[in-house]
Amino acid sequence: MDMDNSFITGKLKTRFTESILSIEENSDMLTIVVAREVIHEVIRFLKENETLGFTFLTTLCGIHYPDQELQLGVIYHLHHFSDNTRIRVKTFLPLENPVIATVTDLFSAANWMERETYDFYGIIFKGHPNLKRILNVEYLDYFPMRKEYPLEDPTREDKDDRFFGR
Amino acid sequence: MEAPNYIKVEPPEGYSSPGLFATTFDKVVGLARKNSIWPLPFATSCCGIEFMATMGAHYDLGRFGAERLSFSPRQADLLMVMGTIAKKMAQVVQQVYVQMAEPRWVIAVGACAASGGIFDTYSVLQGIDRIVPVDVYVPGCPPRPEQIIDGFMKVQELVGKESLRRRYSKEYKDLLESYGIK
Repeated sequence: MDMDNSFITGKLKTRFTESILSIEENSDMLTIVVAREVIHEVIRFLKENETLGFTFLTTLCGIHYPDQELQLGVIYHLHHFSDNTRIRVKTFLPLENPVIATVTDLFSAANWMERETYDFYGIIFKGHPNLKRILNVEYLDYFPMRKEYPLEDPTREDKDDRFFGR
Repeated sequence: MEAPNYIKVEPPEGYSSPGLFATTFDKVVGLARKNSIWPLPFATSCCGIEFMATMGAHYDLGRFGAERLSFSPRQADLLMVMGTIAKKMAQVVQQVYVQMAEPRWVIAVGACAASGGIFDTYSVLQGIDRIVPVDVYVPGCPPRPEQIIDGFMKVQELVGKESLRRRYSKEYKDLLESYGIK
């Protein structure tokens, strides 16, 4: 099977006309931004459509752009084994309502990755079987990778800010 | 015959005459304890590597009576925390400390164990003295084996001089109470 980027974009465009917000190509790798309502359908389509067949979820992670209107993002990387093709699917959510459908029913590997994304960004994956913190301490009361929180431990006393350029 | 090439432990202060030596019980116990400390290494990163060198033949912590590492907290006298302690690990360190029998001492080896070091971040405990009382801090990032030995000798000094009743004192109980340890 010979699959180039225009083939994939053509397939997606016919299936999800309005829900595809943008399609870009960075270093030969496709980046598709879709509306969050269809993310589960898009991933399912990319995995299960017989002409596509992206059967490997390489990674799933979150991101926070505080200057955007839809601040939080979820990024999926999918891999096609026999074609050695990779694509990137992104979707953005508002900070007030960061809820998105889980893809654990499609990829078991998404389980821990979605937990990690929840842990660091507070993105809630609806339908996840066990959505709780995975890397941070259980009693942490915020999502540390969000930009409004400082990286530093706020309780540290021995550091004089003058010597650290702060 | 040549004089043996080793240093004997000096006897404590006391009264001696032929066939007799009298001293206080405190001093004898202190002497025995300080020369047979069983350390429990809690090594999480590069300071742990330095500790391995310290235990090795070249530096040989065994010279100080600490030949026998205790990997069970129940038999350990000295908790040596060496390396970065993440907040998730903090509960484990405290649990290990609680499992140790009295008398127990703690040494924080390296900048991370002492203060969090360069890891001024939300996920790292900013010094183990936030969860367990610490007797000796060894600075360095990581400290050389000589420094660890120096810190160990400071602990020996404390152990040798400690009054047998200190652990029953109100100050000591209050100290543990302040850490939430019973």
